[in-house]
Amino acid sequence: MSFPWAAQYTPTNPFMKWMDDRLPLPRLVFNSVGAGYPVPRNLNYFWNFGVLSGLALVIQIVTGIILAMHYAANSEIAFASVEHIMRDVNSGWLMRYLHANGASFFFIVVYIHIFRGLYYGSYKAPREMVWLLGLVIFLLMMATGFMGYVLPWGQMSFWGAQVITGLFAAIPVVGETIQQWLLGGFAPDNAALNRFFSLHYLLPFVIAGVIILHIWALHLPGSSNPTGIDVKGPQDTIPFHPYYTAKDGFGAGVFLILLAIMVFFAPNYLGHADNYIEANPLSTPAHIVPEWYFWPFYAILRAFTVDILFMPAKLLGVLAMFASILLLFFLPWLDKSPVRSGKFRPQFKIWFWVLIADVAVLGYCGGAPAEEPYVMISQLASMYYFAHFLIILPLISRTERPLPMPNSITEAVLGKDHDAAQPATAE
Amino acid sequence: MVRIIGFLVGLGFVGVLGYSLIIGAIAYMTEEEPGPTAYDYHHHAREISFASDGPLGRFDRQQLQRGFQVYREVCAACHSLEYVAFRNLTDLGFTEAEVDAIADQWPIQVPTVNEDTGEDTTRNAIASDHFPHVYANEVAGRAANNNAYPPDLSLMTKAREEGAAYVYSLLAGYEDPPADLPEEFQPGTGLYFNPYFANLNLAMPPPLSDGQVSYADGTEATVENMAEDVTAFLIWTAEPKMEDRKNLGLIVLIFLIFATTLAFLAYKNVWRDQKH
Amino acid sequence: MATEDHVEQPAGEQPEQEGVRRRDFLNIAAVSVAGVGGVIAILPLVNQMNPSADVLALSSIQVDLANIEPGQAVKTIWRKQPLFIRNLTAEEITEANAVDVSGLRDPETLAERTAEGHENWLITLAVCTHLGCVPLGAGQGENKGEYGGYFCPCHGSHYDTAARIRKGPAPTNLVVPEYEFTSDTTVTIG
Repeated sequence: MSFPWAAQYTPTNPFMKWMDDRLPLPRLVFNSVGAGYPVPRNLNYFWNFGVLSGLALVIQIVTGIILAMHYAANSEIAFASVEHIMRDVNSGWLMRYLHANGASFFFIVVYIHIFRGLYYGSYKAPREMVWLLGLVIFLLMMATGFMGYVLPWGQMSFWGAQVITGLFAAIPVVGETIQQWLLGGFAPDNAALNRFFSLHYLLPFVIAGVIILHIWALHLPGSSNPTGIDVKGPQDTIPFHPYYTAKDGFGAGVFLILLAIMVFFAPNYLGHADNYIEANPLSTPAHIVPEWYFWPFYAILRAFTVDILFMPAKLLGVLAMFASILLLFFLPWLDKSPVRSGKFRPQFKIWFWVLIADVAVLGYCGGAPAEEPYVMISQLASMYYFAHFLIILPLISRTERPLPMPNSITEAVLGKDHDAAQPATAE
Repeated sequence: MVRIIGFLVGLGFVGVLGYSLIIGAIAYMTEEEPGPTAYDYHHHAREISFASDGPLGRFDRQQLQRGFQVYREVCAACHSLEYVAFRNLTDLGFTEAEVDAIADQWPIQVPTVNEDTGEDTTRNAIASDHFPHVYANEVAGRAANNNAYPPDLSLMTKAREEGAAYVYSLLAGYEDPPADLPEEFQPGTGLYFNPYFANLNLAMPPPLSDGQVSYADGTEATVENMAEDVTAFLIWTAEPKMEDRKNLGLIVLIFLIFATTLAFLAYKNVWRDQKH
Repeated sequence: MATEDHVEQPAGEQPEQEGVRRRDFLNIAAVSVAGVGGVIAILPLVNQMNPSADVLALSSIQVDLANIEPGQAVKTIWRKQPLFIRNLTAEEITEANAVDVSGLRDPETLAERTAEGHENWLITLAVCTHLGCVPLGAGQGENKGEYGGYFCPCHGSHYDTAARIRKGPAPTNLVVPEYEFTSDTTVTIG
């Protein structure tokens, strides 16, 4: 689809030929993740995480459909039905622990995938649409993850739902009406649980749909690469299959080993003890914290402690939290540096690592109780977060002097020895 | 244009945050040193190890049976075990006949309906029943216990920070309040001091005393031993499939490591002629 | 639309123009009516998420106050949310009235927060206005915070004896629901 030297699909037998003339599905696969998709030859292991995200989604959908066969979305018996899965359903404990830890692993690989895109400038022209669709997937994942955490109907489920829908109540005038509309009541209850279950089942398939668009948009310009230099000719690329399918197979193995270690030997490490207590509207847990993957955003929410003019602190916090994600949609136009890869951007590189540390600090503060010194630290860290994207990146994209870059991907891989590079073809 | 608006929005957020930070920092500096809090007298759970710890840990069936005895003779008077069924006790090494007898002799009966009249009545428990609730409902539980509802114990070792170590420490950790304990943290009437409990004082009187049960296997019934045994039992009630999980885990890991090694070799094989 | 159609008309057939406009109008009208119908059809789809009739039926309750002594408070449930009903002592009322209202984050007097003639009855939602936790202070021996009212353990909001926010992150006072005294000892909430 993208490069003129891409291998063409040729049906190997009469049936495939017949099929190709009527529904060219094998051709589509061949062109998108097969030998017909030329990919830069110099991708490093950080390029494994896109495929790993897809693998995580498949694990979530499969285990989720199975759990839904045994789970009861009714506030009276939801908690007991989860225990029924854990104790009585054959392999039920395995499905539930895979699903609960799989969600965390989905977010881990997606966060690495996002930070890879940030460092190597994958969001820049001509791949802006890939980046935007990726952010849509991220938002859908957050909604799905939040609603999924409500389903076991433990204390954190209930109070998480209360706090997160309470964010909408911060909107002036119509806020409370919106919260009641979201919950279908005055507090989280059966109505809320049922609609969250319905949407939690639906959204993963929406995510799968947006992933198809994400990959479609990627295949027009082709994959980015660690040097950020455009592909110049056949010598720069290598067919996706068998080269990157083999590499992704290895990556998937490592991913599954790590997932298995958590599922089988520390299945509750990433969870919260309070969620093994059934939801009780009359008793609040001492620290309400969301799942770990929301902690950085939760820290930004809580960093706003002072009312400014007519804006109460809570509304400011909610605005800032949404802004912290929405601003990523404008990133391709905020960072105008023509150099994509952070490798050749000496200043950008420093700020990038500060950002990584900053998000880690925000995450730590978001999981900590809302006391000093965590509030002050999260205020400092939130300041940097906004400054990084809205002030520092636009400024350094004007002032920075990029390092000298190689002329081509092949040169980056082989040094100046052009002759050694032969166009690679699928056998 | 995007960058100018972004710049202003960024400055706005940074400004508000900076202002909040200054206000917070001033308040933090000028605030008086707060008096002692309950947290200053709170202890972290004691270190304790169980046979079931670690990837290779398995339950000690003898200990689980002793723990069940402590639950039955001490805890079951107030605390339910609603997610566990009598039939599950075969996991502890009881025979089916023994389980039937335990269910049949359980002091609390199971609600049912009279076949002839349709009136509510009760019957003896059978193996397929879950452990019956001690109180008909939470209100009855509160009324019988000075307004403190005894929680269900099925998931207790997973439902508290520090898990099993916390349960053990709490059971074995009752002590007299320290001499310097401020008035506000002194146990009121009907409350008992326990430094492992986050609020320092709890409504449950010390449940265990030396020699309270007599173990059939000759283990000495000290408070420490009983607390440890019943905690081991509660680890099992919270996670009855733990042994299945660890056994399957080892097999899965061995397979995955083998498969991933092969995948790595295949990857290197495919790429052997390609510089990258 | 109209201009495009017009361009396609061969020259010299001007009289057709009126008819074309009329036919275009029909098309536009059809699309508009279908659009309006589509938007109206969405309304029930959105409205079904609002609280249902059985939930709304529980929206008002009656509480008997006869057994609550001064200084005592009870927690009850209203609309599946906890509610504090507190019988203030004379000292607590004095304390609440002694506060300079203009210096408060959410300035309200005790009189504005209670019913006329029943100023000792402080009825508020037991839901912290910060992030919805249940504050402490109603039960005996619970932490009442630095101002002797309620204390939210989640993020440390302190409320005074009129349940007004005095310290901590909560933006407003504990919410006073709509209620009416049907007799001296019964109140209808909601």
